[in-house]
Formats: sequence, structure tokens, C-alpha cells
Amino acid sequence: MRVVAAEEVSKIYRAGDVAVTALRGVSFAIDSGAFVSFVGPSGSGKSTLLNLIGCLDRPTGGKLSVLGRDVAALDRRESAAFRGQNIGFIFQDFNLIPVLTVYENVEYPLVMVQNWPKRRRHDRIMALLDAVGMADQAQKRPDQISGGQKQRVAVARALAPETKLVLADEPTANLDSETAHRVIELMRRLKTELGVTFIFSTHDPKIMAAAEIIYHLEDGKVGEVEAVREAAHA
Amino acid sequence: MLNLLKIAIRNLIRSWRRTFLTAGLITIGVVAVLLFTSLAGSFKGLMIGQFTDSITGHLEIHAKGYVASIDNLPLTLDMDPAMTARAETALKSAPAIVAYAPRIKFAAMFSNFAETTGVRVNGIDPAREDATLPLLKTRIAAGEAEGLLRKGQILIPDLLANGMNVKLGDTVVLVATNKDGSVNGQTFVVRGILSGLNGPGGRDSYIHIEDARHILRLPDGEANEIVVRTKELGDVAPVVASLSATLAAPGDADRPFFEVHRWDQLTPFATVARMIDLLTVFIKVILVSIVLISVMNVMIMAVYERIREIGTIAAIGTPPRRILGLFLTEGLLLSVFGTVLGVVLSLGAILALNLRTVSFAFGQQDHIVLAPTIGASDVVSACIVVIVVASLASLQPAWKAARMDPIAALRHV
Repeated sequence: MRVVAAEEVSKIYRAGDVAVTALRGVSFAIDSGAFVSFVGPSGSGKSTLLNLIGCLDRPTGGKLSVLGRDVAALDRRESAAFRGQNIGFIFQDFNLIPVLTVYENVEYPLVMVQNWPKRRRHDRIMALLDAVGMADQAQKRPDQISGGQKQRVAVARALAPETKLVLADEPTANLDSETAHRVIELMRRLKTELGVTFIFSTHDPKIMAAAEIIYHLEDGKVGEVEAVREAAHA
Repeated sequence: MLNLLKIAIRNLIRSWRRTFLTAGLITIGVVAVLLFTSLAGSFKGLMIGQFTDSITGHLEIHAKGYVASIDNLPLTLDMDPAMTARAETALKSAPAIVAYAPRIKFAAMFSNFAETTGVRVNGIDPAREDATLPLLKTRIAAGEAEGLLRKGQILIPDLLANGMNVKLGDTVVLVATNKDGSVNGQTFVVRGILSGLNGPGGRDSYIHIEDARHILRLPDGEANEIVVRTKELGDVAPVVASLSATLAAPGDADRPFFEVHRWDQLTPFATVARMIDLLTVFIKVILVSIVLISVMNVMIMAVYERIREIGTIAAIGTPPRRILGLFLTEGLLLSVFGTVLGVVLSLGAILALNLRTVSFAFGQQDHIVLAPTIGASDVVSACIVVIVVASLASLQPAWKAARMDPIAALRHV
């Protein structure tokens, strides 16, 4: 199943009379269960592309469909609902909600975005916290755990509402290399176990090597495409 | 909803100093409003009571045109016995009226045989006057208060007693001109001296109504004023409306015989009462301002400080209306907390003021005890005002948070 299909996608930002082209006719396709990395230097368009795939923004030109939906056709409310149902996000700065515990952070999308019953919610949260190795830290607040632990919680939160696609923008940028490697391995393992598609951006060569497919972005265009390893479909 | 409340409470606790300061400000505002309302209400009630229960009654009935000429105390605008009887019939049929008393007011010359001055004299039926104006006897500062007076006796104001060096038991003379223009006089024994009251009544003397009729050569039943007491002060307006309708009988519409006035139409103190009401409104406006500015300030700060957090929850799919609800709930909880604390403190303060007697002097009356009370409607209305204003104050910041672009919010440093 095709998760993302981009055809000549472009994105131009305007600031007054100045137009900045962030993406120039990008085309690619990502299948379900893939573990994909977009790599490139700062300003190459990685974050812009992830924002478009995450339905946080709309392309200026071309066609982008995510899980069969045309991103450009979604209005503000529809895109929020679509994200809540289908897409998980992992951020560079973890972005956990500081007033909630680890458990409650993972629970957040299940109660504030979706409306899961309590028992089902609890089972899902505990299974995910167990999978990311944070079950014993469930009652701690984000300021009581390390950066690597925070990102593991963020992974669990992104997967909680049975998302089909997880987008991670520089997920290891604020982690030391050993922790970063563990987080990426965790994402790979969960992708295999749950059959979720992971797309992440990075400029760290060690991290990008963990991907199955690497798209090299430069000046808003997709350059080289590397199939690093064979995709392990769930 | 519970999760929304939980997150809102934790967000408020996160900045607990700011939360307590803002809630404290709201508390101070609520306490100021409720305490002022209760104290002002108590003061106003006492003052109104002083006038209505010792001078004006709750309402008065006169012949048409009398009040417009009341400074002249015209005898030509008396109610003749037939009119008085008609008015009494109407009064007896009104269930909200507990007592009424006829009066004859007239201007007279007061002499102690050495000096003479002008006075305003009230001819009263002592028993009926006492039933209608129960505080009149409390104004008798010197002399026997019980029974007010008998025929041949006079109650004089302290201004007169001091000015003309008249003492209890002294004999004085009243000289007055009757309707026909002839002058009559009668001696009286000073039975009591009345303490003064600010406003009308400060120079009024009282004699028996039969003595008044004798001096003025009036027939039995004639009066120029009927003073009326209702069960409650709140009954006054409907009773006045009902009496006005009853006493303006068919055929009298073009030339009604009677006019009926509420107490507040007869004393300048009504203006003071209205000023107190205006001050209460002013204090409420200050409360509204405090709540509006403090809650809006806090919520604007809360949104500004949590832009990245708002970006995160928006990115992961939180519906805009739920983000709106989150910030509205925070503003609402802040105001509810401040209001509840304010109400508790106010009720405690009112209770304390009642337990520890607070008295003050009014005119020459000492130890008028202030007993502040507050009605449930005043408390509820203050709470509703605070909560509604807090919600309005939270609306703009909450709306801004709900409309925030997730990408811009996530990029915010």
C-alpha cells in the first residue's frame, strides 16, 4: 500500500515581496511499512517536506497524497482530524507536555484527540511503555527523566492512537550518539513489530545508515535515492 | 472534560505564584464588593428605617396638591372628614398595610412667655402614631417616652428647647391661624424633648390631634396627612400603585382628590440612598475591571509562554475547539478559585461584624448598631459577574491559541 505519493511537489514561502522556494518539484513514493530517511544540509527542504507529509502545511504546487488523501484538499479542521487519526509526530526537542506524567503524555492523544475507553487506553499505553522500556517510569514527569527517555516516551506517544505513519524531524539531534542509535533502533523495531511507516529527517550519517531508503535533498530537490537495505515489511 | 480540567489545573499550578496573585486580586475584588454591599445595605436600611419609622412612614396620603405646597403647611388643602373616611376605607382593604395614622400639620408661633419663634406642629393620635412610627418614641431624649403624649402636652425638638431654654414640665404657648384667618392659642406642658435628625423633622413639635383640631377649629375626622406603615419596605411600591388607583375613583380622573407618595418622594435622604446604590455599582465596575485585566493578562502570558506546547498539541491533532476549551477552562478555574475564596472570606467578615457589634452615631442618636447582611442574590450575582467576565477575558487569548499555526508555534523559541 502506498502511504505517501508526491508528484512534482513544490513549496514557496512568501515574506512580503520576497519569495523563497523551499521545494522544487519533488517526486517520490513511500510504501507502507517503510523506514525512510530524508537527509540533507540545513535549508535543503527536509522539514518543509515533513510538514507537508504531516498535513501541517499545504504544497504550493504539484500533488501530494498521504494515506490516499490529497493534502491540499484538507482544511484546517480536517487536517487536524486526519493527523490525529493517522499520523504520529516525534520532535527534535521531544515536546512532551511538562505538566503530564509519562503515562499521561502517552495517554494524551487517546483522550484529547481520540476518545478511547479507559480499559483499552490503559492496555495500549502500558503495552507501548513496555515496548519502549519506560513502563517503570510511567508516573514520572518529563523533567524527571533523561533526554533519551523523553524521546522514547515521544515514540510511544506518536504510536499510541494506532497511527499508520510516524514522522520524526531530526529525532536524534539533541541526543548523544549512543542514545541516538538506541532510539533509532527502537523505532526500527517498532516499525517491524507494528507495521508502521517511519519517515525521519537527519543529517547524521550514522543515523541515516539505519534507514532502508534514503532520499537525499539538496536545494529543495530530491537527488540521489539510496536503498540501504531491503525493506522488512511487517 | 475531566482530562481538560486536570490539564488546566496542572497548568495553573505550574505557575502557582502567578495563579495565587491573580486569584488573590479577584478575591480582594469580591470581598470589596460583598462587604461594601452588605455594609452599605445595612447602613442604608438603618437610615431608611430611621426616617420611615420615626418621620415619614412608608407612604403618605394627602389631598391633591398638598405636597407641592408642604413648606407652607396649607390648611386649605386638608382632607375633610368624608375624604379621610374614604382614604381609611381604602387603607383597611389593603392587606399589606399594618397601621396608619392621621395627622394635622400646621405652622404655629411657639412662645415660652419670654421669646417667640415659628414652629411646625404635628397633631397626632399617639397610639396610632406609635403603631405606625415605632421609632418616634426612641427619639424622645428627655421625658417619658411611653405613650408619646396626652392632650395638653407637647413634644419639642432639642433645637427649640436649647435655643429658648425650655425644660421638661415648662408651660409654653402655641398660637396658630385657622382656615378662616382667626388666631387661636393654647398652653401646653412640655412632655418630652426630641433628639434631632438630619433632614426634615428637625424642627417638628408634636401635640395631640384633638388639641390641633381645637386650636385650628377643625371638625372631628379632618386631617391633612395620613401616614401609613406597610408590612415590608418592598410592599411600598405596589401598595402606592394600588391606593393611587383605588383613590382615583371613576369620575375623579380629571380632578383626583388624593395623592399618594412613597417615603423616598418625601425625604431628601432618598438621594443619599441612591448615592449609596451608585457607589455599590461603582465598586462592582471596579471588580469587573480587576477581573478583566488580571485574567486577560494571565491568559495572554500563559499562551505566550506555551506557544511550542500549543504547536505540539495542535500538530498531534488536538481539535482547535479543544485548545480553546483548555485555555477557557484555565481562565474560568482561576476566577472560580478567586471567587470562592472571596465569598468565604466575605461571609466570614460579615459574620465577624455581626458578632462584634459595630455601632455609630447618626444625628444625635448614638449606638445605632450596624448589622451587615448579604442576600443570596447579591452573592450569586457577584459570582456570575466574575465568572462571565473571566470567561470573556480568557476568550481572546484562548481564541489566539486555538488559531495558532502549528508550524510557526513549533518553531517559536
